[in-house]
Amino acid sequence: MSITRRLFGGTAIAAAMLAGSAVHAQDDMRIALVVKALGIGFFEAAAEGAEEAAAELGNVEIIYTGPTDTTAEGQIEVINSLIAQGVDAIAISANDPDAVSPALQRAMQRGITVISWDSGVNEEGRMMHLNPSSTPLIGNTIIKLAADHMPDGGQVAILSASATATNQNAWIAAAEEVLPNYEGIELVATVYGDDLSDKSYREAQGLMASYPDLKAIIAPTTVGILASCQAVSDAGKIGEINVTGLGLPSEMAGCVESGATESFAIWNPIDLGYSATMIAHALAAGTATAEPGAEIPTGRMGSVTLDDTNAAAMSDPFTYDASNIDQFKDIF
Amino acid sequence: MPKQILMSREVLLTGAIALLLAIIATRFPAFITPSNLANVFNDTAPLILLAIGQMIVILTRCIDLSVAANLALTGMVVSMINVAMPGLPVPIIILVAVGFGALLGMVNGILVWKLEIPPIVVTLGTMTIFRGTIFLLSEGKWINAHEFSDPFKAFPRAELLGLPLMSWIAIAAVIFFSIVMSRTTLGRAFYAAGGNPHAATYAGIDVGRTQFWAFTISGALAGLTGYLWVSRFAVAFVDLAGGFELSVVAACVIGGVAIMGGIGTVVGAMLGALFLGIISNALPVVNISPFWQLAISGGAIIIAVALNAQANREKGRIILKRAEHAT
Repeated sequence: MSITRRLFGGTAIAAAMLAGSAVHAQDDMRIALVVKALGIGFFEAAAEGAEEAAAELGNVEIIYTGPTDTTAEGQIEVINSLIAQGVDAIAISANDPDAVSPALQRAMQRGITVISWDSGVNEEGRMMHLNPSSTPLIGNTIIKLAADHMPDGGQVAILSASATATNQNAWIAAAEEVLPNYEGIELVATVYGDDLSDKSYREAQGLMASYPDLKAIIAPTTVGILASCQAVSDAGKIGEINVTGLGLPSEMAGCVESGATESFAIWNPIDLGYSATMIAHALAAGTATAEPGAEIPTGRMGSVTLDDTNAAAMSDPFTYDASNIDQFKDIF
Repeated sequence: MPKQILMSREVLLTGAIALLLAIIATRFPAFITPSNLANVFNDTAPLILLAIGQMIVILTRCIDLSVAANLALTGMVVSMINVAMPGLPVPIIILVAVGFGALLGMVNGILVWKLEIPPIVVTLGTMTIFRGTIFLLSEGKWINAHEFSDPFKAFPRAELLGLPLMSWIAIAAVIFFSIVMSRTTLGRAFYAAGGNPHAATYAGIDVGRTQFWAFTISGALAGLTGYLWVSRFAVAFVDLAGGFELSVVAACVIGGVAIMGGIGTVVGAMLGALFLGIISNALPVVNISPFWQLAISGGAIIIAVALNAQANREKGRIILKRAEHAT
């Protein structure tokens, strides 16, 4: 399916949709899921989630589209053709927060509901933005991942990216805040691997040497979690030390298989596509309004609450373990 | 006479390393157990290999900033070969790595030799070109642990007489290149070409070609290290070993290799690499703030270089002392 889309590009698809739209019943709500580029596993999975939401809602048609490469110009072309088709809603993961904004504003002037998800658009260019998660949720998740496999408590350590990495520092601060909620879990050290394989590996070795009773290494960065997993495997401490944190399923499959990692987390693209569709539907149908403080229901994901900038966080990062890694490792 | 000077510099560095270990032992005694020291040596093996290559290049008054990018590109190439042909035996993979790395080194060498572009500019350029090529080859994707074949990952970890093969490769390289540098025409030519290019030319040494071979050797060692690196950390991506070229140059400088060319030994480069390796392995266990870690690493480099410069100045290079004072 993606081959034809790649060949003809978003515009051709949009044109085909336009031709085909006359066939559909008038009351079908058409929601366009505009992604950064077609043929990316992460977005294909999001489209899967959108279809799931459409099936649940009924009378909803999903138009999964996007440019063939990750450019803002390509997305603008796609948006323009969607406006011409008169879709009911556009949910976009933007290649550029500002460049696509004028086209989206034009869409809103024509009465089209516009939301952004995953990668946001500036405030003028959308009604609301759906973040995959939020700093407090991520901070809590990374501690919980370790604590879940430590019924008797014990020592954990964090292996981060660089000491000045904004995201990681915010997540670690959030994790330290919720630490008292987890009885018996003691955070003994926070070290920095600078997102370099060799330095992260060495820091992980250092943690194992300094804290012989260490039960878990939490690495909220993809380079760090892989290097720690390798260091723990090489030290023969699989089963003694659980490596966890944030990683991508395609990269982490080996660690889960070897047992060095019991579980790890990252946002789930299927849930993200599902929630974005639910929100777009609610806004387009008028059952919810996008304003600060509004609560919008998102089906099986519960609901989201908008903040002052009309942005919302979907949920905790999704946890991956031996039971579902095979399903996701080919997706992203 | 020069032999004594060289000896004393290496003895000095060995003393500094012993002192460093003693200081670390007061904070973390387990650091100096034989098994941990073996770990540290193994961890430093890639740096030793690259430092040997870099030393030869620096001897000829050049510098090779592309070693880390070469390592990453060769690492990605052998990884992709392994993914495409999991059955290919490891010795062939190693041959490919050494050969491909040498080829990349030859590109540097040709540009320096035939076009006479300053080496720092050439290798700065090829450094970015190599990194860009990795991105084009891999489309920015990572190759991960589960995609490699088991023998590919197992090779550097396999133990022989209690030490991993990666350590043995570093030891073998030190011995091999010590002999090459002191006992072969090419080895002596490296010293001559850097020590005094004009005199070398009069002695019938083609300085440009000597530099070409220096870059080729450095490239071959970087390629070999590229394979060892990806198999050890079981991952290959664009930014692999980012910034590592600076550690390599630092190891050489600490090891007493004169940045102006002509002076340096394989053992010195190895000791310089070990000095850095010990610091980077010790800092995580002695509980020092990461910001201080950077400052300490940098400080150690400057102190080592200052001591070296001091040693060089005292000895001097005056050939006819009497003649100098006569005027």
